[in-house]
Amino acid sequence: MKECKIVSRKFDIDKSHTLAVAKEHGAYNAVLSAFELSSEAIIDIIRESGLRGKGGGGAPAGTKWALMPQDELQPSYLVVNCDESEPGTFKDRQIISKDPHLLIEGIIITCYAIKAHDAYIYIRGEYYQFQKILQQAIDEAYAEGILGEQVMGQDYRLDITIHRGAGAYICGEKSALLESMEGKRGHPRLKPKQKEPEWYFGNPTLVNNVETIASVPYILKYGAEGYRSFGTDQSPGTMLFAMSGHVEKPGVYEAEYGTSMMDYINHYGGGIHGGKRLKAVIPGGASTAVLTAEEAAGANLDYEAMRVMGSALGTGGMIVMDEDTDMVEALKNLLEFYHHESCGQCTPCREGTGWSDTLLGKVLEGRGTSEDIDKLLELADTMDGKTICVFAPAVAIVIRSFIRKFRNEFEAKVTQ
Amino acid sequence: MSFSFSAENLEKIEQLKLRYPSPKALSLPCLWMAQYQEGVISLDAIEVISELIDMPPMEIYRVATFYTMFNLEPVGKYHIQLCKTLSCALCGKTEMLEHLEKRLGIKPGESSDDGRYTLTQVECLGSCGTAPVMQINDRYYENLTPEKIDAIIDNLDEEHS
Repeated sequence: MKECKIVSRKFDIDKSHTLAVAKEHGAYNAVLSAFELSSEAIIDIIRESGLRGKGGGGAPAGTKWALMPQDELQPSYLVVNCDESEPGTFKDRQIISKDPHLLIEGIIITCYAIKAHDAYIYIRGEYYQFQKILQQAIDEAYAEGILGEQVMGQDYRLDITIHRGAGAYICGEKSALLESMEGKRGHPRLKPKQKEPEWYFGNPTLVNNVETIASVPYILKYGAEGYRSFGTDQSPGTMLFAMSGHVEKPGVYEAEYGTSMMDYINHYGGGIHGGKRLKAVIPGGASTAVLTAEEAAGANLDYEAMRVMGSALGTGGMIVMDEDTDMVEALKNLLEFYHHESCGQCTPCREGTGWSDTLLGKVLEGRGTSEDIDKLLELADTMDGKTICVFAPAVAIVIRSFIRKFRNEFEAKVTQ
Repeated sequence: MSFSFSAENLEKIEQLKLRYPSPKALSLPCLWMAQYQEGVISLDAIEVISELIDMPPMEIYRVATFYTMFNLEPVGKYHIQLCKTLSCALCGKTEMLEHLEKRLGIKPGESSDDGRYTLTQVECLGSCGTAPVMQINDRYYENLTPEKIDAIIDNLDEEHS
């Protein structure tokens, strides 16, 4: 397994979250060289590197950056998405607690590239103990003149403000996040037909995941080619993949895109806990289609390979299930999650998530019929493609993949 | 009105206003400050916030009721929030819940008679690699076992007495 430490290089160093130790290991080295380039040149480098967004969507970061205006007619903003609430995902918290200065460095370079002077880090409310570490790092940076009126002695102001969420998975959706940052409920916005930036109080805004921004210093230091020496042609670089559930050694382990899923699970995860057999893997956080053990055996951890299999890489957070797992209970668990987290704005989602949860509950209690299982698939169709955001389509994916691939378990619960 | 922000919080709010394009952005920060100050978010606090950030009280109320971490009803001194989502469920959450119910004598959604503990189940806390996990007030307790839970509760009981 190729060792790749693009983002996790300092994770195991004692006190890596402090400025002194971070600097010893190269923190902020990339910033001054970035300031020698033009902002457009930096955007070109990011585009060439093929850096893909690591919040779940995998969209090319450089393309998003290029949508930001360079004319400074209005203030531009960067919002770093640390809402991390996708079940099975726990990687961004590693960055903010173990190498916050890497994130700050990435923020400085990104803001310079998009001509933004204010950046916000939207962090989920539950991550308060990690937020404190991140705030401490920001305070250290201000004290050292790395942030503030003159970033590292340059004629460039940059302020970073942490904005704490308060418990809402949907606020990880970038338009809902911006609604929340505008002081409102986290209701996602309608998507425009043409490509344009996001908008914060009507100002052009870039929203990127923590890990995406944390990847930027490496790319500036080693160039697009350096980044592309990892991963595949279409999915270059590395990701903080993770494993949870029935593996021997759950956790976050950085690996290059294209790594075989089973190699990853066996090498870093130590295989299935207790020597059991693998039954299923959800590859990239709850909202991706579940894979059977056979499918997992042939799966590679990159965006294209996952899509070809009818699933998605998502956040790279693998949920591993062994042979004793009740797949009907597992689906019920996820449907409860979606039921609780639906923002309520769109009727098919608000009603569908509640109904499918209740319906599957009825099946689990032994009061279900075969029609109920088909009704669940019907509900998936009612939710899919008929709402403002992709939350409901995700629920549809989950319902369909579980029922289609493990139908016998659902039928076994049905009495009539 | 019976609620007012502390002088320290008022100063923080004024400083924060300088960081945002509009004071309306401060609904979440203000609600957090009010909750840490009072332990709960009261309608009086909502009125005060409304005036401070130029948003109608009903809008602030909408926001306070949308986000799960804002308590409009009082919770115990220690709010025990057990993660119930898939990875924790696969790694023994049910056993932890049973143990908590037995130890505290309450079920999810309930508070102990002395007001010391409130028990709830919450969705994914982002700690799946160290499941099962619970959050008590501002911090996580990971890699739970019944013995660890007892030690944690013993500690909290001692702190309280």
